[in-house]
Amino acid sequence: MIDLQLLVLLLTPLFGGGLLAVFGSRRWAAELNSLMSFCTFLAAVALTVRVIDFGPQVVFNEQFFIDQFNVFLVALTAFVAFTTSLFSRPYMRIEQHHGKLSTQMLHLYYSMYQLFTFTMLLALTANNMGIIWVAMEAATLTTVLLVSLYRTPASLEAAWKYFILCGVGIALALFGTILLYFAAERVLGEGGTALLWTHLNQVKGDLEPTVLKLAFVFLLVGYGTKIGLVPLHSWLPDAHAEGPTPVSAVLSGLLLNVALCAVMRSKVLVDGSLGTHFAGNLMMGFGLLSVVVAALFLSRQKDIKRMFAYSSIEHMGLITFAFGMGGPVATFAGMLHMTVHSLTKSAIFFAVGHAVQKSGTQVMENIRGMLQISPTVGWGLMLGTLAILGMPPFGVFASEFLIITTAMHDHPWATPILLIALGIAFAAIFGKVQPIVFGETTARPLPHPPALIPVFAHLLLVLILGLYMPPYLANWYRQAAALLG
Amino acid sequence: MMAMKQTLGILFQLCQSLLVVALAPLLTGWVNQCRAWLQNRSGAGLLQPYRTLRKLFHKDAVLAYNASPLFRTTPYILFGCMWLAAAIIPIIAIDLPFSPAADVIALVGVFALARVFISLAAMDIGTAFGSLGARREMLVSFLAEPALLMVFFTSSLISHSTQLPHIVETFTHHEFVLYPSLAFAGLAFVIVLLAENARIPVDNPSTHLELTMIHEAMILEYSARHLALVEWASSLKLLAYISIGIALFVPYGIAEVDNWHALPLAITALLVKLALAGAGLAVLETFLAKMRIFRAPEFLGTAFLLAVLGLLIHFLLGA
Amino acid sequence: MSIPFTTQTINLLASILLLIAFAMLSQRRILSLINLFAWQGLVLSVSTFVVAYSTAQRHLYYSAALTLLLKVLVLPWLLHRLIRKLNVKWDVETLINIPATMLVGIALVIFAFNLAAPISQLSESITRGLIGIALASVLLSLLMMITRRKAISQVVAFLSLENGLFFAATSATQGMPLVVELGIALDVLVATFIFGIFFFQIRETFDSLDITHMEKLKDD
Repeated sequence: MIDLQLLVLLLTPLFGGGLLAVFGSRRWAAELNSLMSFCTFLAAVALTVRVIDFGPQVVFNEQFFIDQFNVFLVALTAFVAFTTSLFSRPYMRIEQHHGKLSTQMLHLYYSMYQLFTFTMLLALTANNMGIIWVAMEAATLTTVLLVSLYRTPASLEAAWKYFILCGVGIALALFGTILLYFAAERVLGEGGTALLWTHLNQVKGDLEPTVLKLAFVFLLVGYGTKIGLVPLHSWLPDAHAEGPTPVSAVLSGLLLNVALCAVMRSKVLVDGSLGTHFAGNLMMGFGLLSVVVAALFLSRQKDIKRMFAYSSIEHMGLITFAFGMGGPVATFAGMLHMTVHSLTKSAIFFAVGHAVQKSGTQVMENIRGMLQISPTVGWGLMLGTLAILGMPPFGVFASEFLIITTAMHDHPWATPILLIALGIAFAAIFGKVQPIVFGETTARPLPHPPALIPVFAHLLLVLILGLYMPPYLANWYRQAAALLG
Repeated sequence: MMAMKQTLGILFQLCQSLLVVALAPLLTGWVNQCRAWLQNRSGAGLLQPYRTLRKLFHKDAVLAYNASPLFRTTPYILFGCMWLAAAIIPIIAIDLPFSPAADVIALVGVFALARVFISLAAMDIGTAFGSLGARREMLVSFLAEPALLMVFFTSSLISHSTQLPHIVETFTHHEFVLYPSLAFAGLAFVIVLLAENARIPVDNPSTHLELTMIHEAMILEYSARHLALVEWASSLKLLAYISIGIALFVPYGIAEVDNWHALPLAITALLVKLALAGAGLAVLETFLAKMRIFRAPEFLGTAFLLAVLGLLIHFLLGA
Repeated sequence: MSIPFTTQTINLLASILLLIAFAMLSQRRILSLINLFAWQGLVLSVSTFVVAYSTAQRHLYYSAALTLLLKVLVLPWLLHRLIRKLNVKWDVETLINIPATMLVGIALVIFAFNLAAPISQLSESITRGLIGIALASVLLSLLMMITRRKAISQVVAFLSLENGLFFAATSATQGMPLVVELGIALDVLVATFIFGIFFFQIRETFDSLDITHMEKLKDD
């Protein structure tokens, strides 16, 4: 039963990619895209329910492995992919009306969108560390042409940078994987099982610590490039700013999480082998650095999408820091933060997309008075910003609160740094978004309110997560946190 | 028995020293003849260097009025250095009595000593060409010497000794093993050999074009017996370098000191190897073009790189 | 001192691989660069074959054949086609300060060897020091990516980086599972196609394949 569900989950986007490669130029391509994403989402929900009921499972000759941790990311990925496809339907049509995109480009966009979903789901569910790598690389390959979709000089530059940097980063991750295999081969013997995470997890205590240490450094640096950890982040703001908004939303909301998931898988093995806090310390260092540097860069941004890209770096740093601290509470908080950040950030990008489309520029000084132009967009942007800045009652507040209190308890020295960085980020982002929403403008209001259901759906979820955590959800998170240790 | 061995050793040493001095001009003649054949010329014959030497020794020396004693003594020092070097290197037999006098590092020092004197002498008269040549010589050797040392270090690491006889003995008595590090060192050595002996592509031994010359520029002021000694020393240097190459990379066939019967074989092997090396040198010189002097550092940098890589690979692979 | 002949061969091939990495680092002509890349692929393929022969592992033969097909034939052919179509076949890149780059390269090799030293000591298999050499050639390709200013040479550097990783996989661990190798090969192939698409887009937009034109996006 579960293998069937997994098959549906993986094949739907793959099939959708093929289908849209053929029919991507048709008028109903956008609807087809949403439909396929919806089916993927349904499969993900079914799979999630299954895993919550029956616990971790290995399927298909042990090549796939699903536990509470990755199924939670699968559900999140499928959900955000679905809502983003809903958002992109009207958004991309308007871009086409403005003459920024041709039908061929949309064709490319739709098929690549589905393939991208497929690669991410594959990276999440694969049990083979090698296959995880292949899927991560494939995720870069599918998105790189999307980043340069507009074919402007800036977008080409961003895509090239993205391609080269992530290519190099991911190559280093491959070296880490090879080292991991090298260590595993000595314990598990040659053949296919030595790269299977479930097998590795069973023998992690016997793996050679020196090799695993080095392997983890390479894996962290490699996948860390994709997470956007400072100092490997420089592709991220460019790619987010120059790519189409739906792509920014999925990059920020999903790709970064998937890369982090790969790092967490490695961390479990390394912790088991070393018995020290080496991996955690490394992650905390990178995470803290990312939070601080991103916060400092935030105040200097002029481009709105670039600014929120830096905010993504900041939050990914925070999550990495939380996972680095380890322990049930911090890991729980990290996963909660992953969820709410994905939801909030994609919601913000949806709202930003409409604001940018209306004002025709991404420069923040020239976007003013969104509330007058369209109250929905204005409020969506404002609420999203408040949510991402960690204002109480939203879920981000809850997770940040948990992370900081844990830090206060375990690593008191880090707390002031975190608090100051969050304060700077708050001042920078709020100070810039406030005039955008409440400022004066001479532009005419939009004749009809844009379809922003995804924005408010996401924000509502984040609000609910902040106010009330359903017991089964909390239990699920707790189980997943226990798996990560 | 010991006394017997000592006598034999001295005999071998004498034999080698006389042989190299006699053979050196022949090697130069052979290289030139090969080049002539390769370039479709008839050439001056194998014995031309001897004739040139005889001619020069019969002439009266002309000295610049401001030449110092240094200028006059340098040809003798040069010749002496090269002869010493050729005596140290195991050319026909392994355990020569002179060999312990200097290891490979000291050997590099002997070459350096000769270079210092010839450069000083070149600047002694104060002509523009002399200083120019000296400066270029210093540039080239500054880059070639470290590479040469690295080559020596690689072979020393493999044989655990910096004594040439030891190194040669290790390589002759080993079963054949592929040494990537030694292959790299060999390539580097060829480049150093080209540069140190003023061959194409670094210098051209057969022209007096002032824009390109290095070695010729330094000896422009010499004449007659002085020039003869300098030329002879150059031939000796080439022979010494090729012998080092043979000793490090293809020592097979060399005799041991207390073994008379191996001597004919050793000398035959030596002659064959020298002939092959000379022909190879001629081929290289024919196919390469003289490079601009400013490209020389890059060329020698390659030698250094290769030698260092050889060294590193030895450390890593143990081979 | 009786190292088996296969090990000697692999050591020799590894050294050649390192040498080619250095040669690529200092090569100015794009055409020769691509040829060097093909040679690197050939060395890689032969070394995989030798490892396969000495360990009698069936799947490594496939891997060697795959390398031969992809890295020696298909990719160089694609690149040759590309430079012919883009009319940059005879382009010469100005490289500044090759000796300094070489010295940095040597430093990287030492660094890689040191990093790999503890691992090499662990391995009692025939291919002890090869992880160090593989890591060194990976780092050298990275250095090449940094020093190059032409899009094509950067891509060749990227591909040779992949070669170094493949070498690590085949010689140090005697081959990743075939599924993974196939996946990696597919990724590399697709990446090359996408790079090709990019070349045309870049040239169309910037009238040149120089990536110095693409340094506008910065945080001021």
